[in-house]
Amino acid sequence: MADNLYEQLGGGPAIDAAVDIFYRKVLSNDAISGFFDSTDMEEQRAKQKSFLTMVFGGPSQYSGKDMRAAHAPLVEKGLNDSHFDAVAGHLQETLDELGVPADLAAKVMAIAAGTRDDVLNR
Amino acid sequence: MTLRFNGAEIPCPQGSTVLDALIEADQSVEYSCKNGICQTCVLRADRGAVPAESQVGIKDTLKALGYFLPCVCLPEGSLEISVPEDADLLGRARVVSKETLSPSVSRLVIEPATPLYYRAGQFLNLRRDDGLTRSYSLASVPHLDPHLEFHIKTLPGGEMSTWIRDDVSPGQPLEFGGPNGACFYLPEHPEQNLLLIGNGTGLAPLIGIARDALHSSHHGDVYLYHGSRHVAGIYLHEDLLELQTLFPNFHYVPCLSGDAPPQGYRAGRAEAVALGDFPDLTNWRIYLCGYPPMVNAAQRKCYLAGARMDDIHADPFELKELRSSPRD
Ligand SMILES: Cc1cc2nc3c(=O)[nH]c(=O)nc-3n(C[C@H](O)[C@H](O)[C@H](O)COP(=O)(O)OP(=O)(O)OC[C@H]3O[C@@H](n4cnc5c(N)ncnc54)[C@H](O)[C@@H]3O)c2cc1C
Ligand code: HEM
Repeated sequence: MADNLYEQLGGGPAIDAAVDIFYRKVLSNDAISGFFDSTDMEEQRAKQKSFLTMVFGGPSQYSGKDMRAAHAPLVEKGLNDSHFDAVAGHLQETLDELGVPADLAAKVMAIAAGTRDDVLNR
Repeated sequence: MTLRFNGAEIPCPQGSTVLDALIEADQSVEYSCKNGICQTCVLRADRGAVPAESQVGIKDTLKALGYFLPCVCLPEGSLEISVPEDADLLGRARVVSKETLSPSVSRLVIEPATPLYYRAGQFLNLRRDDGLTRSYSLASVPHLDPHLEFHIKTLPGGEMSTWIRDDVSPGQPLEFGGPNGACFYLPEHPEQNLLLIGNGTGLAPLIGIARDALHSSHHGDVYLYHGSRHVAGIYLHEDLLELQTLFPNFHYVPCLSGDAPPQGYRAGRAEAVALGDFPDLTNWRIYLCGYPPMVNAAQRKCYLAGARMDDIHADPFELKELRSSPRD
């Protein structure tokens, strides 16, 4: 049955529940909202969905190389560990608000942590 | 199952998606992910019902118009479909009247040669005989008004808007494309509160949406915030006050960001006043029309105030050339 993380978390519907909570947090945080300052909010939100699908262990085609490419322009604009920590913090808060059990939340946070070097292009 | 597309009858075998059937029949169609995600292949079902799975991710308003994703559509019956842009054929119309609403806004009323099916709040692309084309929002409501109405703000040096103000008179022929746009009233949730925010002629689609809702027995509250820098820019004050006396659930709030507000007006930008009045927009449906920086900023603020993205309809009046000077 629900043997992988993505299914244990509730799959697509769980992502849908998480995306608005997460995206609102990111947009409300002045320390990082500038990175998400695109006028096309629908597109931005779709990318938040990709982000969540990936860290929820869902079907995701992104390689480490893709992660580097997607974030390289942001690194040029100054993306650093403090921004990464802020995003990770909002992810943790989102999981808390959704009542995700601690063991599953820890797995999500571990996936996110594993992307740090790619996201920061190190 | 049979598909009707560009005048051709195309067989769609059991288990085949609409997109695969079209590709198999050598129809030229745009597509990319074939997975119901990228929306590159979106088509419109003009006749026949499409399964709900093929409309996942499509805005409610576009769903209502029959937009669907053929790459994930296993049809349950025959369909008549078209490429959305192809529906954008030119229609013919004649000017019925032109009237001054304020020193810089004209009301233009036109009559199409054949009745036009549209929804209040959509826009037409008006085309002069030399090909000059600009978008204007419909201020009229199909089931209430006999003709099509527009509110056109004169921009200094603006080609179409000054031509309309100076040279257009009754009888003038015009062509148009459309209707286009997904900014219109949806009757599915008559209890939902509606927040309408517009500045300048952004009022045009909003008054259509408001009247459409009110006359369709909408019973949630309908708040209309109209913003301008100057009193003269609040160009339908009397009409809207009257609408307010006819419908107790309609609330009209004129806002002035420049002039000191006389009795009955509020001070500040329309979106700021509205968000101040309603800091929690959970479950509201929102329409934002007019000056693009206002629309984009308000979209973000409304989302942060709790509105669902699908419930926010943004209609920025982008000018042809990108300009930084504000319009109001
Ligand atoms: C979806 C949509 C709906 C709209 N609905 C409405 C509506 O309901 N009512 C309405 O009034 N408008 C509406 N608009 C705006 C409208 O389409 C036109 O853009 C507007 O009327 C200006 O057109 P114009 O030909 O008069 O001006 P344009 O000739 O296109 O000029 C636009 C402005 O730029 C300046 N400009 C142009 N070219 C130059 C140049 N080379 N150098 C310096 N300055 C320049 C002009 O002075 C003018 O101020 C809508 C737009 C969109 C996209
Ligand atoms: C926690 C680890 C992170 C992961 C797993 C991750 C994942 C992703 C993914 C999958 C995309 C979509 C790429 C695409 O489809 O183009 C993306 C885009 C984006 N990410 Fe991240 N991300 C992370 C951290 C961050 C951080 C810390 C920031 C900035 C504070 C950030 C800002 C962005 C932005 C702005 C985009 C959109 C780029 C664009 O518009 O093309 N991300 N991210």
